[in-house]
Amino acid sequence: MGTTTKSHRHRSRRTAAVALAAVAALGASLLAGCSSDSGNTSSPGSSGGKGKTTITVGTFGVFGYKQAGLYDEYEKAHPNITIKENVIERNDTYYPQLLTHLAAGSGLSDIQAIEVGNINEVVTTQAAKFEDLSKASGVDKSNFLPWKWAQATTADNKTVALGTDIGPMAICYRTDLFKKAGLPTDRTKVGALWAGDWSKYIAAGKTYKKSAPTGTTFMDSAAGLYQAVSNSYSERYYDSSGNVVYKTSPSVKTAWNLAMEASTSGLTGKLKLFDKAWDQAFANGKFASLPCPSWMLGYIQEKSGDSGKGKWDVAAAPKPANWGGSFIGVPSAGKNKAEAVKLAAWLTAPEQQAKVFAKQASFPSAPGAYDLPAVKDAKHAYFNNAPIGEIFASAAKSIPTLVIGPKDQQIYTAITDVGILQVEQQGKTPAQGWAAAVKEINNALDQ
Amino acid sequence: MVSELSDIAGATASPAQGGAAPRDEAAQHRPADHDPAAALRRKWRSRLYRWDVKGSPYAFVSPFFLFFVAFGLFPLIYTGWSSFYRVELTNLDAREFVGFHNYTRLFQDEFFWNALRNTFTIGVISTVPQLLMALGLAHLLNYRLRGSTFFRVAMLVPYATSVAAAALVFTLMFGTDYGMINWALGHLGFGHTDWRAGTWSSQIAVSSIVIWRWTGYNTLIYLAAMQAVPSDLYESAALDGASRWQQFRHVTVPMLRPTILFTIVVSTIGATQLFGEPYLFGGTGGEKGGSAHQFQTLGLYLYEQGWTNYHLGRASAIAWTMFLLLLLIAAVNGLAARWLRKSQ
Repeated sequence: MGTTTKSHRHRSRRTAAVALAAVAALGASLLAGCSSDSGNTSSPGSSGGKGKTTITVGTFGVFGYKQAGLYDEYEKAHPNITIKENVIERNDTYYPQLLTHLAAGSGLSDIQAIEVGNINEVVTTQAAKFEDLSKASGVDKSNFLPWKWAQATTADNKTVALGTDIGPMAICYRTDLFKKAGLPTDRTKVGALWAGDWSKYIAAGKTYKKSAPTGTTFMDSAAGLYQAVSNSYSERYYDSSGNVVYKTSPSVKTAWNLAMEASTSGLTGKLKLFDKAWDQAFANGKFASLPCPSWMLGYIQEKSGDSGKGKWDVAAAPKPANWGGSFIGVPSAGKNKAEAVKLAAWLTAPEQQAKVFAKQASFPSAPGAYDLPAVKDAKHAYFNNAPIGEIFASAAKSIPTLVIGPKDQQIYTAITDVGILQVEQQGKTPAQGWAAAVKEINNALDQ
Repeated sequence: MVSELSDIAGATASPAQGGAAPRDEAAQHRPADHDPAAALRRKWRSRLYRWDVKGSPYAFVSPFFLFFVAFGLFPLIYTGWSSFYRVELTNLDAREFVGFHNYTRLFQDEFFWNALRNTFTIGVISTVPQLLMALGLAHLLNYRLRGSTFFRVAMLVPYATSVAAAALVFTLMFGTDYGMINWALGHLGFGHTDWRAGTWSSQIAVSSIVIWRWTGYNTLIYLAAMQAVPSDLYESAALDGASRWQQFRHVTVPMLRPTILFTIVVSTIGATQLFGEPYLFGGTGGEKGGSAHQFQTLGLYLYEQGWTNYHLGRASAIAWTMFLLLLLIAAVNGLAARWLRKSQ
């Protein structure tokens, strides 16, 4: 590079200066871009000034505590406490970081969120690094759904985290498209179309297809259907003694076959969930329905935008099932454990869960909240004023207790993002897709 | 520069002798001193001076080496050590020594070979057009142009753009239903391509991001080298009746040979470590590099093993294999350079 200075031309020095200035300016803006990211990870566990205790809460995505005003409320009731939230957008970045922080015993927030896909791994491998919340004051086991409590509890009855929200499922559908295709639009009639049997949902899809509005499909993807069906059983990838059984488990087989039937009959939009194209299909009204857990309503609203307002509605799913949800725990290496336990207990109490639901539609894991007006009478304006409190609460009450295992997430991703996507987007046969998924899972599980 | 270097080299020798040297010299001076206090002060001053001369260069260069040790050397060694263990991110304390198992298993690991193949093909289809275009552009920019500064700065803008921004824009452009490229191809009568689903289409898309980002950078390097070519060479070539093209082929390119070799080395290293572009092009779960891993590079496979499947030992072995591959590539490049020099 040094050879540039050898140029004898008149303007070269100015050229170099301008170029350097440009590079420097751009470089500076890049650095600034980088440094803005680091806001996520600032001084966890530090104590604020003036004798105040700062409790840090590490979450991924939007938990809604801040949005629902819960931090302000708690700070008002406890003047010596300030609460600071460290948010990382996606769990697939958040969780590995949590694991490294746990291993190092530093860098942890006083309260750490854990996604349901990781809770079993945390319970089986990290339990020693969390406080036992089962006997903490202010925590009442009977407040929580039994299966939710059990998921975060070790074999020797240590509860490492408290349930925040769950993801009871319904079917979200577009009334305008259903009407054009000659299907009922009233949510009870729609729910009755497929009540009790997922294959009736596919049958409705075949009816839809006969007079489908051009350019639309009945559902978004085979992967969403697969997830919904496989979660409506009590055993999926692991049996109750912790063995990997996905190859023979009836839930996976049924879910896979139904997903393949939907896909090969042309009922799906062949999309990948949470992908850009999925978002665009929402915005353009490209599909008529999808299995939707409660937390997805906000996503649908955001992606469908104003053009979808009043066109979406919510009906009961064929079978109750859970998709997603989270927990919060208190790491033992934290600085303000006692205060953090109190805050965690308060945040997960039924009243607070109801407030979060009112703001964020994250469905409470505390059944005590279901009878509170904030949940019981909740209607969603964007979804034709559907009584979502009632719909999701009745689903939540009969969700089966699903056995979860440490590598659920890897197995699920291999089946949907490799197996199903190869069939949907690369023209492979279902048998080829399944073989690819099995190979993927073998590689992922092999240490 | 050379004498300074030898000074430093000399300085390194004395601490190695165990700090005995200064004491010996002090002992030699002692009999000549009469006022013990003044002698002591003098002794201290000269000692400080000597330390300053010998020590300061180390102090000046130490920040780089400290950072290098903390963020370069230590991770390298730690990764190498980890690669001999079965170790999971979920349970770092339970290590189990497995010898070379993490390396030997790579031979049977079809995902590894697939990633290696993808890294190679993406490397070729991104580097070759990139360097050829950079050479051509540099040649054009080397003419007297109106607003040459503007063009030169413009060349560097893609390089200064963050990978994330570039990859997001390109991912939108390569979208199946609403992408600009499919829209343009549609006007030309081609059907919709699902760029991400196909092997070649996805690799071309990823390569295009790399090409867009790095062509300008290489152009400026070539341009700098071209401006160092003595103009009398062109004059005499012109006198001999050489056309512009002949001048380019027989004067510019041979004079640029060392620079070209440099850019090839740098681009090859970049291609071997390619990560951000395919990761972001893949969307959610981008580390898989597509549903059939059709654009999963070695960097992505390493990431998938380490941070999605939490197999740190396996990931470390892949990292070290990549490192060894780079050493191999560097060696081949060195040989090629030597051969080029001899043939000249």
